[in-house]
Amino acid sequence: MTVRRIMTAEEIRRAVIRVSHEIVEKHAGTDRLALVGIQRRGVPIARRLADAILEHENTTLPVGALDITFYRDDLSMLAQQPVVKGTDLPFDVNGSTVVLVDDVLFTGRTIRAAMDALMEFGRPDAIRLAVLVDRGHRELPIRADHVGKNVPTSREERVRVRIEEVDGEDAVDIDRAPAPMGSTVEVP
Amino acid sequence: MNAAADPALFAPDDAADPNEPDRTLAANAAPAGRWTHQHLLDVDVLTTDDLDLIMQTTATMAQVLTRPIPKVPALRGWGVTILFYEASTRTRVSFEVAAKNLSADVVNIAAASSSVSKGESLIDTIRTVEALGARMLVLRHATSGAPYLAAEHFSGSVLNGGDGWHAHPTQALLDLYTLRTRLPGGIVAGRKVVILGDVMHSRVARSNLWSLTAAGADVWLCGPATLLRGFDAWAAAGVAGSRRFTVTSDLPAALRDADVVMALRIQRERMASGLLPSLREYAARFGLTRERMALARPDALVMHPGPMNEGVEIAPDVATGRQSVITEQVANGVAVRMAVLYLLAGARDSAATRESAATRESAGARDSAGARDSAGARDSAGRAAAE
Repeated sequence: MTVRRIMTAEEIRRAVIRVSHEIVEKHAGTDRLALVGIQRRGVPIARRLADAILEHENTTLPVGALDITFYRDDLSMLAQQPVVKGTDLPFDVNGSTVVLVDDVLFTGRTIRAAMDALMEFGRPDAIRLAVLVDRGHRELPIRADHVGKNVPTSREERVRVRIEEVDGEDAVDIDRAPAPMGSTVEVP
Repeated sequence: MNAAADPALFAPDDAADPNEPDRTLAANAAPAGRWTHQHLLDVDVLTTDDLDLIMQTTATMAQVLTRPIPKVPALRGWGVTILFYEASTRTRVSFEVAAKNLSADVVNIAAASSSVSKGESLIDTIRTVEALGARMLVLRHATSGAPYLAAEHFSGSVLNGGDGWHAHPTQALLDLYTLRTRLPGGIVAGRKVVILGDVMHSRVARSNLWSLTAAGADVWLCGPATLLRGFDAWAAAGVAGSRRFTVTSDLPAALRDADVVMALRIQRERMASGLLPSLREYAARFGLTRERMALARPDALVMHPGPMNEGVEIAPDVATGRQSVITEQVANGVAVRMAVLYLLAGARDSAATRESAATRESAGARDSAGARDSAGARDSAGRAAAE
């Protein structure tokens, strides 16, 4: 197995700044805009996006945290219950435009669960999706509105995002297992 | 309120990465410190890691309960049967609300209106319940050890909702959670906790002894000598061999500087057995009154597992006073039971098979020892309960 770095700390920083501009541009401002990180690495990324937006728009956006554990479609398939980390949405979801933030977009099942979880709190005007890495291989009709980096991967590979607030450093690596014969690489 | 206000929400841990598909999670399963129990029969087998995990999960469940729709789909499609052979309001309803909040399908059986009244045995009833689709069984029974027997015949998870004088694990857990949310800094260790009243007949007291001493509390059992029988020997042997507690009939000594006073229900039927002369005498000598609470610390908490005999073991003004957390205990009961149901639902596959084998072994050991209790250390107090 080989490990390949696909984003350095500096690249992550620039991607976050670019995405923060895209979010404000797409929404044409910051009115009733909120960022919601998906536990756990989505949360610090959402907070960084908010910091970047504060810098160039001079507005503090509400930042929430969403735990999707209870909404997973594979709970009955797991050998152990995942640890629940909690949800905190410090704004009224009704009428807001909520940007979900996560580290990796893969099958899309996490995002499906996150949308279900969010809807329990109210009826947002719109839900958008920002991710640091899109690695392809969707199993549901879901796409990201804002992507830090598109990374072609094969299914067997593992994308590891490390975020300083959680892991002590910023980096995105791919653990590249030798691709089996006949496996397909998907370009997101 | 900003999300950053609650550091617990963002505490790092080794949770599986939700971005990975389930096959990856399965491969990464069972890191150290995760839930491994198939059943919840008593708190005695729970490690401090287990207790911490339950408390942490309970906190997130309490958060779910504050939502406009206090319901999550975690146990969708799970059959949960609540089988109570003894009267109960709060425990039964609390389990039912907890299971429904997790979207489980709940079936309630009151023994009086079921085939039990036609003489069906416990084992047959459990087999029937399982055949009808239950994956979790919440059992209350007047006989100590009944849930252990049930666990041998039920392939899902058995939750003890109270058995005889032996154990009431979810009550002990909700008491621990209440203390962790109400004591300064959430620190139970070193706090003086007095359990007052009919200790001998109390499964609440027995289960609380395990969890409170595990949490490091300084536990005092207090009541008339006739209602403390057997506990001296257990106190001398220690809980789990090393955790000591104090047994006394000296009420002022027990209450002095107490941080927590937990009054137990006096069951009227105890009068008949000659253990107590009269309710009035008990109230006069051991009733928790405002004057007696003055001996405790000024901010001491008052607890009661319910149902209360106001004016007997606890004065009405103490039960509803500023220091009382009795209604919080009831509210926390739902969150704790949601947490336990959720965690037990994860105990399947390898963990489940391992434990059911272990349960069978220890059950065999219990039978041969002539007592149905789950630990030898408890024999002196517990064997009486099994009889």
